[in-house]
Amino acid sequence: MNIIFTLIAAGTLIAAIAAMTLRNLIYCALSATAALGGLALLYFQLDAQFLGLAQILVYIGAVAILIVFAILLTRAADMPEPARFDVPALAGIGVALVVLATLVGALGSSPALRKNGNTIVRGDTAQSPVSMAVIKTPAPTATIAAIGNQMLSRYLVPFETIGLLLTAAMIGAVIIAMPSHRAKK
Amino acid sequence: MIEAFDQLFVLLKHWLVSFVPAALQPLASVVLSIVPILMVFPGLFAFMTIMERKGLGRIQNRLGPNRVGPYGLFQPIADGIKSLIKENIIPLAADKLLYTLAPILLLIPALLAFSVIPYGRNMTPIDIDGGVLFFFAVGAASEVSIFMAGWSSHNKYSILGAMRAIAQMVSYEVPLILSAIPVIMMTGTLSTTRIVDLQVPFYGVLPNWHVFTPWGLAGFFLFVISATAESNRSPFDLPEGESEIIAGYFVEYSGFKFALFFLAEYMGLFAVTGLAITLFLGGWGAPFSFLSFVPSYIWFFSKFVVFMLFFIWIRGTLPRLRMDQLMNFAWKFMVPMALINIMVTGLWRFMTPNIGRWVVSLAILVSAYVLLGRGLAQNSGVGKRVYRYGT
Repeated sequence: MNIIFTLIAAGTLIAAIAAMTLRNLIYCALSATAALGGLALLYFQLDAQFLGLAQILVYIGAVAILIVFAILLTRAADMPEPARFDVPALAGIGVALVVLATLVGALGSSPALRKNGNTIVRGDTAQSPVSMAVIKTPAPTATIAAIGNQMLSRYLVPFETIGLLLTAAMIGAVIIAMPSHRAKK
Repeated sequence: MIEAFDQLFVLLKHWLVSFVPAALQPLASVVLSIVPILMVFPGLFAFMTIMERKGLGRIQNRLGPNRVGPYGLFQPIADGIKSLIKENIIPLAADKLLYTLAPILLLIPALLAFSVIPYGRNMTPIDIDGGVLFFFAVGAASEVSIFMAGWSSHNKYSILGAMRAIAQMVSYEVPLILSAIPVIMMTGTLSTTRIVDLQVPFYGVLPNWHVFTPWGLAGFFLFVISATAESNRSPFDLPEGESEIIAGYFVEYSGFKFALFFLAEYMGLFAVTGLAITLFLGGWGAPFSFLSFVPSYIWFFSKFVVFMLFFIWIRGTLPRLRMDQLMNFAWKFMVPMALINIMVTGLWRFMTPNIGRWVVSLAILVSAYVLLGRGLAQNSGVGKRVYRYGT
């Protein structure tokens, strides 16, 4: 395992653990944001540029703000609660362990992991003297054009279904948030 | 000879990198790409502050600062020294970690966004495949730090200003990205270098810029308005309105942290100006073919300075929008116009290149603008002024 992956993964794990264990709710939200940023860095390290940028744009740019808005508008960061370690907490830990086992099992038996093990073949920016003039990152194997093509040809139905789902969610949110006395106006 | 001037900085960088041992050359190359950005844009920031104060002064029928140097030109130096030697007050109830971290976390995305803009021929610091997407992603990442600034000050006005600022930035991000989509549709790439390369060739004498097409013009207007709103600049500066909420989310910041906020806000404005020039105004391309002997970076920075003066002009002229007017404008006017612009771009792409597609595109855009504008104005309840006298 190379050093960059270790550093990024350690940072993400520390941020995620902080998001679970900190007492102040706003700190938890910001640690969760940092964990999402760590995930984006992992995507970049794996040469999935589009995915990393989409992660930053969507998660840090929108979901994190949504979380902090939700916290502020409902709780306003009042007294931090003391730590609890009772039966519901133990049940939560049990459920989390079951989910972990499921995920590890699914990932361990996936065909991608069996095919080429740990080799991520990347271009070589550190040695050829020609490439020192402009930092030109190596063209990733899944270019944005290729992703777009696949989304509109092979994965068209999931793409359109997701669009429909998002539209329905937005309309539902607007209807829930609309003031109820609108008809009388 | 003209080539040498045009590629002056690129050749200079190659020459400097060749002095470094081969193992460290990528690092030296990266550093030499970054250092000019860190020198030029804060320098332009200093220039803009003095231009702004003088320009606003003249618009408001007064002189600007004129004490510090000849015609007040050393005022930014005085401002910098002032902000460094002011007392650094941290409120007692403020969250110290977040309070200190917020201006830094606001500046980092603003500076990151400069790295994908082509400043001249072969002069993009980082030339990635998804340059425009990178730009919007780091722009979106700066909103969390505004919230951090407002919340960590532990001050109701700060939190109020921060919420309003975030609401404004999130609302205007939608038309910003939607108005950049027609450019991506027509050029077929997200790479900023490639977008500029497609705009540089000429039709005879006239340039091929995107702003000279109907969809480009509409997209340009929408982009510039959204950019003004994204960087909290007048007439959209209610979150930091100097006369209402004093300074909104950075009211509790003093001294150098305030200067960092100020710098970060202007850096954001500069970055999105650079992107507007890249997407719509042909980047480093010359306006007429007989002027292409002028080096490419001169054209880029000339367009940049024109934009700076334009923003100063707008700030001095237009009154501030209220929060509800601002949000209505974003969601009810700009998002529909941006979506109609995307449809018009689709029509333009697939119609044959004759006068017909110009007529159709312009007709759709102008009628959409007029109908939306009239429709929204009728519902706003603003009518003829009624005078009531106290009888």
